[in-house]
Amino acid sequence: MSPDTSTEERHEVVLTVNGVAHEVSLPARRLLSDALRHDLGLTGTHVGCEHGVCGACTVLLDGAPVRACLVLAVQCEGVEVTTVEGLGGPDGSLSPVQQAFAECHGLQCGFCTPGFLTTVTAGLRDNPTPTHEEAREMVAGNLCRCTGYQNIVKAVERAAVIAGDATAEEAR
Amino acid sequence: MKPAPFAYHRPGSLADALAILAGDPDAKVLAGGQSLVPLLSMRLAAPSALVDINALPGLADITVTDGRVRVGALARHAAVLASEEVRRHQPLLALALAHVAHATIRNRGTSVGSIVHADPSAELPAVLALLDGALEVASVRGTRVIPASELFVGPLESALEHDEIATAALFPVLPAGAGVAFEEIARRHGDYAMCGVAAVVDGDSVKAAYVSVSEVPTVVDLTGVPDADLGEAALARLDPADDIHATAAYRAELVRVLTERVVARARGEAAA
Repeated sequence: MSPDTSTEERHEVVLTVNGVAHEVSLPARRLLSDALRHDLGLTGTHVGCEHGVCGACTVLLDGAPVRACLVLAVQCEGVEVTTVEGLGGPDGSLSPVQQAFAECHGLQCGFCTPGFLTTVTAGLRDNPTPTHEEAREMVAGNLCRCTGYQNIVKAVERAAVIAGDATAEEAR
Repeated sequence: MKPAPFAYHRPGSLADALAILAGDPDAKVLAGGQSLVPLLSMRLAAPSALVDINALPGLADITVTDGRVRVGALARHAAVLASEEVRRHQPLLALALAHVAHATIRNRGTSVGSIVHADPSAELPAVLALLDGALEVASVRGTRVIPASELFVGPLESALEHDEIATAALFPVLPAGAGVAFEEIARRHGDYAMCGVAAVVDGDSVKAAYVSVSEVPTVVDLTGVPDADLGEAALARLDPADDIHATAAYRAELVRVLTERVVARARGEAAA
């Protein structure tokens, strides 16, 4: 018999995700990954290993990549959370990283992809022109079981070019 | 893979945090959570309450004073690794931190938390032991400083009392002319090491500390040992064990190879 959790204390939390504030009532043990998917319906964040190894659930907390399965949702009040749903333009256009993954066949089944996209988005913001080694290092903490890493690394390098072109275009 | 229920406290002052902790013998402290949250999810730990210290003021500071690098309890691995001041005054910290998991984990995990967790496969306990550092801890009973030599009691077991919170780790700065090196071998990039070695060479003194080949961080004094005997001298003090990642014999071979390599590199750094 499962324990009675109907009396479990709940916490009123405001989660700010992709710029939108959500008021939710949560037990303290709710992982951020589960809060995003179950309480907010933002199922773009995928849950793989649930113990911090695979990287599929990676989201950005105040811009820094963090495993959503290793953070409690109640800890995230006052933090700006960015999920894969927040990477594209408001008109639905793809971000440079998303466009590069599409162009380079950087995804096949797509399960690990949200974690790669968030990780690489932050990685290229911090290092817009990575070397090949740095591009590999950027995705070293994310597991992919079907696409293969060669195309993912190509996508990182392609994303750097697309983002660089866009920046140059803006400067003109 | 969901944690069991627990009460959650997010105190705004250290005094409040210590009072809550003192009042509940089954409560645990939550800092970065990169080791604790998986333990909760796997239900290897089921505390009655978590005392989240992330809202406590002033604990994220990294300072160099009185010959020590002082790393506050909320300083993330990434912040310590990025600190130019830390790199200049105690380069071994940065050398070891580059091997701590992956960048995403380092963004959240804390260096002090890693030390308190006392995992024999973790890099920072070995670094603190090798440098003869210490941990500052606080409780409702007062504060004390625990030297690294008394801190690590067993695998995943530190000398902290239940009602104590570690507030900072103290790493002595590297003396002028001394050299350090760190290397480890893991099955996969970012994984726990099968064997890791940190070394410091200061004049004639040669010391090494080991990751994943003993139950607690072990510092071995290799002063005066001929180069060809370094590995065997280290093994006399260590106890490599079999597990799913490597046999004891292979770990012993890694001790031999890495000890020679890391001591040689630390000598080179000392000469540089």
